[in-house]
Amino acid sequence: MLIQAENISVIRNKKEILKNINLTIEERDFITILGPNGGGKSMLLKCLLGFYNPDFGSVTKSSKLKASYTPQDFTIDKSIPIRALDFIMLNKSKKNKKINDISQELNIENILNQQLSTLSGGELQKILIARSLIDNPNLLILDEPTQNLDVSGQLNFYKFLNKIYENRNISILMVSHDLHMVMASTKKVICLSNHICCSGEPSTITNDPEFTNLFGHDFANMMSLYRHDMNHKHNEESSD
Amino acid sequence: MIDNFIINALIAGICVSIIAGGLSCFIVWKKMAYFGDALSHSSLFGIALGIILGFNATIGTFITCLIFAIFLSFLQNKKIFSNDTLLGILAHASLSIGIIAISLSGQYVNLHAYLFGDILTVTNQEIKFFIIAAILVTSSLFFIWEKLVLMTINENIAKAENINTKIIQSIFLILLIVFVATCVKIVGILLITSMLIIPAATSRQITNSPGNMAIVSGLLGVISIFCGVYLSIIADIPTGPSIIFVLTLMFVLVLTIYRKN
Repeated sequence: MLIQAENISVIRNKKEILKNINLTIEERDFITILGPNGGGKSMLLKCLLGFYNPDFGSVTKSSKLKASYTPQDFTIDKSIPIRALDFIMLNKSKKNKKINDISQELNIENILNQQLSTLSGGELQKILIARSLIDNPNLLILDEPTQNLDVSGQLNFYKFLNKIYENRNISILMVSHDLHMVMASTKKVICLSNHICCSGEPSTITNDPEFTNLFGHDFANMMSLYRHDMNHKHNEESSD
Repeated sequence: MIDNFIINALIAGICVSIIAGGLSCFIVWKKMAYFGDALSHSSLFGIALGIILGFNATIGTFITCLIFAIFLSFLQNKKIFSNDTLLGILAHASLSIGIIAISLSGQYVNLHAYLFGDILTVTNQEIKFFIIAAILVTSSLFFIWEKLVLMTINENIAKAENINTKIIQSIFLILLIVFVATCVKIVGILLITSMLIIPAATSRQITNSPGNMAIVSGLLGVISIFCGVYLSIIADIPTGPSIIFVLTLMFVLVLTIYRKN
């Protein structure tokens, strides 16, 4: 167990944003949280990270937990001059030599010396991931990492994330809106609409009536079809 | 042979520039230009308090600026009005109350000097004060630099990396207040506000890292002090505005040169 949330509830402005959530993240988990806007997805992440204390319930963290976090909607103000490499190493020990291996692994060597404000959405996400891998975490927490990416950018990002998951001894907890792509990569899906509507493996969850309720019948059918599509080989390796 | 008062003015100016070098970068990055402006306006109330209650104007300024900052963050949490509305109210209210208080006290105060400052009247005693403030602020800022830059870029990443963002932000505000309180009496409200914006805005256009931006910003400040003081002596014009004139000239110059490239 890395993090365990037991019966956590969060009440904001008399509204129950999170209601009796139970969630355990184990080693080598790959969990995706789906759900409508205002369903409490980001709040759940923030409770797990300790930004907020839930009003009820508790969050227990394992002593071996090393979590890293990439936030939603990351943009950099043009008034701040900073190279990608300097941003990755900001507030990190300068003795840390892992950056060479990581930049090779993530294929970002050619953008390390560029100014952060000139990078595309996809490149920025890679830089954020590189930064979060520097301290060798065992849990990556990502809040809507593909929000600012177009469809091919999203596809590349999920391939990229899968590669990280396979190459490293790491767990991933992600909030996402990209239902079809998520279904192809993740090991477990949690549908959150203030409470946990349903959770499980992607292949079983699409048959869950709660899932159909939340996302519609047609969508659930499309999901189960889409999974097969994703097994096709894609020979283009666009770098967006 | 250079007169003593000019040497004092230059040393004071260098101290102000060095402190402002780092602080002003955050003013530009965090879009706090109006905050710096409002803070220096509110200092007049502190000066008035100091005069009426008979204590040191610097301490009076420090206390009012501190109350100003606390009050502002309290109002910000209410989230009804935007920052610039709140700042506008606080800045001008404290400026007005300050002027009323001074006029009721019946004592003569040279308001002109507080608005525009008079760097040429810096005393030997005040110089020591400036040097201590410069060392204190610069070393504190150096100590929290990377954390403050990270949380300026993204506060949530900083929080996730166990940085206590509230404490770092408070330290930054206190350094800013120390800067305003120490310098306002000597260099004036106008020059403080300019020093907190123009050098960093100029420096941004010719630098590629946060640290360099702060260093170049400090250097540009020093250059403007030397040129400004020189200009004010040979042309017999007020020193504060003359320094700001040089700062603006450098800004426009850099803007035109780098536009072409």
